[in-house]
Amino acid sequence: MEVCNCIEPQWPADELLMKYQYISDFFIAIAYFSIPLELIYFVKKSAVFPYRWVLVQFGAFIVLCGATHLINLWTFTTHSRTVALVMTTAKVLTAVVSCATALMLVHIIPDLLSVKTRELFLKNKAAELDREMGLIRTQEETGRHVRMLTHEIRSTLDRHTILKTTLVELGRTLALEECALWMPTRTGLELQLSYTLRHQHPVEYTVPIQLPVINQVFGTSRAVKISPNSPVARLRPVSGKYMLGEVVAVRVPLLHLSNFQINDWPELSTKRYALMVLMLPSDSARQWHVHELELVEVVADQVAVALSHAAILEESMRARNLLMEQNVALDLARREAETAIRARNDFLAVMNHEMRTPMHAIIALSSLLQETELTPEQRLMVETILKSSNLLATLMNDVLDLSRLEDGSLQLELGTFNLHTLFREVLNLIKPIAVVKKLPITLNLAPDLPEFVVGDEKRLMQIILNIVGNAVKFSKQGSISVTALVTKSDTRDADFFVVPTGSHFYLRVKVKDSGAGINPQDIPKLFTKFAQTQSLATRSSGGSGLGLAISKRFVNLMEGNIWIESDGLGKGCTAIFDVKLGISERSNESKQSGIPKVPAIPRHSSFTGLKVLVMDENGVSRMVTKGLLVHLGCEVTTVSSNEECLRVVSHEHKVVFMDVCLPGVENYQIALRIHEKFTKQRHQRPLLVALTGNTDKSTKEKCMSFGLDGVLLKPVSLDNMRDVLSDLLERRVLYEGM
Amino acid sequence: MNTTVVAQLQRQFQDYIVSLYQQGFLDNQFSELRKLQDEGTPDFVAEVVSLFFDDCSKLINTMSASLERPDNVDFKQVDSGVHQLKGSSSSVGAQRVKNVCISFKECCHVQNREGCLRCLQQVDYEYKMLKTKLQDLFNLEQQILQAGGTIPQVDIN
Repeated sequence: MEVCNCIEPQWPADELLMKYQYISDFFIAIAYFSIPLELIYFVKKSAVFPYRWVLVQFGAFIVLCGATHLINLWTFTTHSRTVALVMTTAKVLTAVVSCATALMLVHIIPDLLSVKTRELFLKNKAAELDREMGLIRTQEETGRHVRMLTHEIRSTLDRHTILKTTLVELGRTLALEECALWMPTRTGLELQLSYTLRHQHPVEYTVPIQLPVINQVFGTSRAVKISPNSPVARLRPVSGKYMLGEVVAVRVPLLHLSNFQINDWPELSTKRYALMVLMLPSDSARQWHVHELELVEVVADQVAVALSHAAILEESMRARNLLMEQNVALDLARREAETAIRARNDFLAVMNHEMRTPMHAIIALSSLLQETELTPEQRLMVETILKSSNLLATLMNDVLDLSRLEDGSLQLELGTFNLHTLFREVLNLIKPIAVVKKLPITLNLAPDLPEFVVGDEKRLMQIILNIVGNAVKFSKQGSISVTALVTKSDTRDADFFVVPTGSHFYLRVKVKDSGAGINPQDIPKLFTKFAQTQSLATRSSGGSGLGLAISKRFVNLMEGNIWIESDGLGKGCTAIFDVKLGISERSNESKQSGIPKVPAIPRHSSFTGLKVLVMDENGVSRMVTKGLLVHLGCEVTTVSSNEECLRVVSHEHKVVFMDVCLPGVENYQIALRIHEKFTKQRHQRPLLVALTGNTDKSTKEKCMSFGLDGVLLKPVSLDNMRDVLSDLLERRVLYEGM
Repeated sequence: MNTTVVAQLQRQFQDYIVSLYQQGFLDNQFSELRKLQDEGTPDFVAEVVSLFFDDCSKLINTMSASLERPDNVDFKQVDSGVHQLKGSSSSVGAQRVKNVCISFKECCHVQNREGCLRCLQQVDYEYKMLKTKLQDLFNLEQQILQAGGTIPQVDIN
C-alpha cells in the first residue's frame, strides 16, 4: 500500500460505520421504493392531477435512486464485476433520470405555483360573492317588508288607521322598542305626540317645532340618527337602563288637496311635516343598518302618499255630499216652481172666462144706460163707470196677454194690411187727447215705405198706440213727431243685424216727444213689468206700467228691437222700435180688417148657395148653427152622428162644421176618415172646421194633428161666423186666435 | 095704429128683455139668436127655444131616473146628460141653466149623488122659470106685432 498525500489518511473500513451505512442504505432503499408506490396509489385515486407524467418521471427517479442504494449494499464488501456493472448502469440511469427530472421541474414549478395563486384568487372571489349574496338577500328582505308595509298602509283610506298601521308594522318588521309619531298642531308652532306603539303617553305632550334637531330632520328627506336624549325621543321615564337603543327620525310630508293645485307639484313650497321617531331596543347593541334606514325612508314616503289619498277622498266625499244636497234642494225648488206655474195657469184659465163675462155685462149695460135719458149728474156717473170698466177690461186683457206672451203661447196673427192707413188711424185715435193738451203731432212716412204689408195688424197697432200714447201722456208741452222708415243695417245694437231679405223688410218707427224726459239710469227699468219711474209728472197720470213691457214682448215676437233714448230729465225722449214685416205681393188689394170693426156688411154676401154640412149631436146646438149659416145664405145640411156625416158628405159640400165638444177622439177621427174618402176620389175635399167650447192650445193642436182646417169657439156670433167663412174660403186655413 | 101704445109696449119689451139679461137669465148668445131671425125665418128663436125646453125636460127625466136608486147610479150617463144640457143651454144663451150645469158636472165628477140631486132640482127650477119668462117675452112680442109695431133690436154688446 502506498502512502498517498491525501488530506486525510486513508481509513480502513470501520465495522460500526459500515454497519450504520448498511442499515441506512437499506432503509433509504425501502423508502425509495415505497414512495413511488404511494405516489401511484394517490395518482390512481385522484383523477384530477394534471401532471402524471411528472409523477411517473419522479417515480422512476426515486426507484432508480433506490436501486442504486440497494445495489450499494453489495459494494461494501468485495464484489464481482457484474455487481459493479449493474451498479454502474443503475447509477448512469439514475443520473439521466434525475437530470431529466431536474430539468422538467424547472418547467413545471412555475405552473404549480400559478395553480396555487389561482386557487387563492378563486377563494377570495368566492368570499366576495358570498358577501354580495348576503347583501342581496337582505335587500330582498327589505323589499318584501316594504311591500308588505305599503300594502298594509294603503289598504285603508282612513288617516288614523294609516298612521297607526305604519307604526305597528314598522315596529314589527324592524323589531323596534318604540315608535312614535309627532304631528304638527293647528297653529303649526308645536309638534304634538299623536301616536305611540307601546307606551301610553301623557295627553297634550308637545314640543316646540323650532328645535335644532327637528329642523335637522325636516331639512332632509333621509332618515337621520338622533340622540336618544333629545326631547322627541324621550318618550318614557328613564327606567335605569344603561344604554338606550339608537334612535332614528324621519320626516313625513303631510299633503293636502290644496297642494296639488300648485304648479310645482310634487315639489311643494309650503310644507308641513310630521316626525316619525324609531327606537331600537335598549341594551341590544343593535345598530341601524343602511338597508333599515332605506326601509324607513321608503315607508315615510308611502305614508305621505297614503295620507294624500285619504285627504283627496275626504274632499271628494265632501263635495259629493254637497252636490247631493244641492240636487235635492234644486229638485224641491223645481217642483215648487212647477206647482206655482200650474197654480198660475189654473188661475188664468178661470180668469179667462169668468172675469170677462161680468166685465162685458158691465160695459154693455153701462153703454146701454148711456143711451137712455139721464140727468147730467147721472150721465157723468155713467161715463165714469164706463171709462173705469173699459180701463179694467183693458188691464185684464193686458195681463192675460202678457202671461200668454211669457208662456210663449201667443202667436202672431198674420194678415195683409195697409201700413199707411194704420198710422193714420193711430193718429186719429190719439188726436183728440193731443188736441186737448195742445200737442201737435206730425207723421212722416218715408217715401219707400211699402203700403201693403204682411204682419199682425192688431198688435202692431197696439205697440204704436202704446208708444205714441206714452209720448202724449208724459208731455206737457211741445210737440210729438212720429217717423216711419225702412231701415238698413245701421242699427244701434251691434249683435242685431238687420238684413232685409227678399220678401221682408224692417220697419223702424221713431216717436220723439218734448216732454219730461227720462233719467238715463231709469231707461233699463222701463221695459220691466209694473215698474214706474216715480217722478211727480208720472204719478198723476194713470197706467199700470204694463204697456211698455207688452210692447217689448210683441216687438220681440216680430223679431225686432225696441229702445228709448233720452238726453235726461226735462229734455224729452225718443222711443224707437224695429219690427220685421212681410211685403205683400197683392199690393192692389186692400183687405178690410177689424180696426175699427166695419159695421153691417150686407147679409147675403158671397155665401149664397154655399153648400155646408153641419154635424152636431146636440139638437139645439145644431139648430142654432144651422140658423146662423142659413142667415148668411148658405145651403145647410145637418147630420147628428159621425156615421151619418161620413155617408152624407160629398164633394159638393165646401165646408163641414163638426161639433167636438164630447171628450175623446172619436169626433176627430171622423176628420181623418173624410180625408181618406177624398184622397181616393181626387175631388177637392171640403174644409173641416171644429166647433168647440174649449179654446186652449191642446185642443188646437189636437185639431191640427187630425187634419182639421180650423177651430171655432162656441157659441159663434153672427159677425164672427161671417168673417170666419170669408177668411176660410179665401185662405183655406183658419186658426183663429181665441 | 096706436103709436103711444106701440111705444109703450116697445119700452116694456125693452125693459123686460134688459132685466132678463141683468138678472142673468140670458146672455149674449140669446141676442145673437135674435139676430138670426129675419123675414125668412120669423119664428126662429121661438122654435129653437121650444126645442131647447123639450130637450131639457127629456134629459131631466132620464137623469132623474138614473139618480133614483141610491146604490146603483150610472154617473156616466148622468154626466153625458149634463154635457148635452150644457151644450144646449150655451147655444141658446140660457145663462143660469148653463151655470147650474157647470156645478152639476162637478158633482158628477166626484160622484156625489146628493149634490147631483140638488143640481137636478135646480136645473128643473131654472129652466121652468126661464120658460115662463120667455113665454112672457114672446107674448109681449105678439102684442107689439098685433098692434102693428116692430120688435125693437136690443143690442147688449
